Amino acid sequence: MAYNLKALTEKEERITGGHRMCAGCGAPIVVRTVLRALKPEDHAVVGVATGCLEVSTCLYPYTAWKDSFIHSAFENAAATVSGAEAAYRALAKVGKVKGTTKFIAFGGDGGTYDIGFQALSGAMERGHDMVYVCYDNEAYMNTGIQRSSSTPKYADTTTSPAGSAIPGKVQFKKDLTMIMASHNIPYVAQSAPFRNLKDLYEKAEKAIYTPGPAFLNVLAPCPRGWRYNTPQLMEIVRLAIETCVWPLYEVVEGKFILNYKPKNKLPVVEYLKPQARFRHLFTKENEGLIEEIQKEVDRRWNRLLELCGEA
Amino acid sequence: MAIKDKLSGNEAIAVAMRQIDPDVVAAFPITPSTEVPQYFSQFVANGQVHTEFVAVESEHSAMSACIGAEAAGARTMTATSSQGLALMWEMLYIAASLRLPIVMSVINRALSGPINIHNDHSDSMGARDSGWIQLYCENNQEAYDNLIQAIRIAEHKDVQLPVMVCYDGFITSHAVENIELLEDEKVKAFIGEYKPEHYLLDKDNPISMGPLDMPAYYFEHKRAQAEAMKNAKRVILEVAQEFEKLTGRKYGYFEEYKMEDAEVAIVIMNSTAGTAKFVVNELRKQGVKAGLIKMRVFRPFPFEELGKALSHLKAVAIMDKADSFSTAGGPLFTEVRSAMFDYARDTKAVSYIYGLGGRDVRTDEIMTVYQDLLEIVRTGEVKSTFNYLGVRE
Ligand SMILES: Cc1ncc(C[n+]2csc(CCOP(=O)(O)OP(=O)(O)O)c2C)c(N)n1
Ligand code: SF4
Ligand SMILES: [Mg+2]
Repeated sequence: MAYNLKALTEKEERITGGHRMCAGCGAPIVVRTVLRALKPEDHAVVGVATGCLEVSTCLYPYTAWKDSFIHSAFENAAATVSGAEAAYRALAKVGKVKGTTKFIAFGGDGGTYDIGFQALSGAMERGHDMVYVCYDNEAYMNTGIQRSSSTPKYADTTTSPAGSAIPGKVQFKKDLTMIMASHNIPYVAQSAPFRNLKDLYEKAEKAIYTPGPAFLNVLAPCPRGWRYNTPQLMEIVRLAIETCVWPLYEVVEGKFILNYKPKNKLPVVEYLKPQARFRHLFTKENEGLIEEIQKEVDRRWNRLLELCGEA
Repeated sequence: MAIKDKLSGNEAIAVAMRQIDPDVVAAFPITPSTEVPQYFSQFVANGQVHTEFVAVESEHSAMSACIGAEAAGARTMTATSSQGLALMWEMLYIAASLRLPIVMSVINRALSGPINIHNDHSDSMGARDSGWIQLYCENNQEAYDNLIQAIRIAEHKDVQLPVMVCYDGFITSHAVENIELLEDEKVKAFIGEYKPEHYLLDKDNPISMGPLDMPAYYFEHKRAQAEAMKNAKRVILEVAQEFEKLTGRKYGYFEEYKMEDAEVAIVIMNSTAGTAKFVVNELRKQGVKAGLIKMRVFRPFPFEELGKALSHLKAVAIMDKADSFSTAGGPLFTEVRSAMFDYARDTKAVSYIYGLGGRDVRTDEIMTVYQDLLEIVRTGEVKSTFNYLGVRE
């Protein structure tokens, strides 16, 4: 069936409004779109790592989650959900579960690239039938915008502040999607919420309904941390894609597939300009830094093209 | 008819786990507990259990997976020691606060540093305030019996708390002793089927677990958790009574050995109790009114019962196989003495820290502790409250 956002939004929402994420936050759009890909008759166990998403959607005595939900700690969403999935398999053997339950873990970049990396790697390697979704907002937002290994080079954060001697974070962003592809699991994809959300919806559907472990890395802009004009969320995502800072691709059973190739690859400066976390790069003292970022973006993009057979 | 066998502590625990046939076991190897998941995974490989065995990549993930599994509605077990338990620390508290009746064997081993694989109680003592029920075992028989009872205690609707069954690394875990096992069907009947009230896989009643809890509610939730621990005191005895009917083996909060007319006694845990009982027998032959108390239940702490049990003594030594570095005695000493303030104020109490890092504890050393107590009785004076036993000073 052809993708039709209007029709899909008529499906019952599985995360309610009224949660406390900031206006214009990318994360809840990611979550809603991923959960929308569940078949209405299927139940889900959703595990969330500590972070903005968790503290804003499940605040005693309220919950925004209509499926079964568990939060236990920051670094272990993958392990926690892997345990629930093992329980499902064990109870299914003795006829104690009815219907189909799907297992989805959400973690921020901190809970995924950094502190939860080991648990993620372990759960994927063990082959649990689950999806791990990283909503990547490129810093520890919940604790006040500290740098993570996902924070892009030269971004200004509260623990990689731009100063007169050091111009923000000095390291490049870790390429987690590639690392997860190297786990040789059935499905890995990089996506982002943009336009009619087709890319993310379809990848979520594949991830959820491909047997075995799957990993989705989804860009989820944070207006507070990235400091762009809040209503510009979709424009920021579009620029991330058009500049090839955040390419859209899948790795299906080890095969790399490029989902979108910009006709006119935009210079990274277009993406950096509207975000005040990069403002200091436009000063006289920091000349040349943007060029360095451009070089690395080009290098990674060309390598991806090779992997996808598009070079 | 009970089955007579010869097993090590770890074998006994693995057999109990096979008989319990939990839904999920998630574990990670660490000496001296490693054999437990090893033996158990062989039962899985042989199809003797229906368990999903999750060979996680760390103990943090072991406890996290146990939490996910138990929350999902599965009867869940694990085992660990020392650094493994330390790595679980964060998740121990969360398991207890989520009220998940996970049952874990803790094969006691010294905590690093320096790294040491031998027995003391610093690992489980470090977890004493995590909200887990803690049962301690002198030998393989008690380890087996306690593990089976632990399932019932943990899952009781008035409790719903996780339980640690602690026994001494190598001394109990690896030494082979005689044991009486129950038949598989009897274990099955005793533990019954696990029927949680709320669980993630109940698709008709979805539930959210682990919310952010603000000051308006957090305290009430902690208070409810403390109440469950109180209830555990009652349930532990009820389960023990039922277990006695089944096996003839009696369990309480602690074992009183020759305490009726005792004037001096020691309070001790786990395998060293066996060594100390030998010393008590020797002293009794000499006409000394010596006794011993072996703790079984450390959490919840039997404050009143233990305090009263010590009230008729003239002097007592409380022996810790862990230091708290408070410079004021080990953890067992502090709590026992606190109970004595209410119930045994006339009994003199002294602390001995012994056996750290697997240092052998010999009968002649325990004899010196009783001699010290007798000296206190004779002079009416405590020369040294805080003592270390068997260490080069
Ligand atoms: C073990 C541990 N360390 C630190 C924290 C504090 N902490 C909570 S959330 C968080 C950052 C979350 O960042 P991320 O995963 O990127 O999610 P975001 O808030 O950005 O959505 C930190 C550092 C914690 N809860 N647990
Ligand atoms: S701080 Fe950022 S990530 Fe967190 S809720 Fe607000 S916009 Fe979303
Ligand atoms: Mg983040």
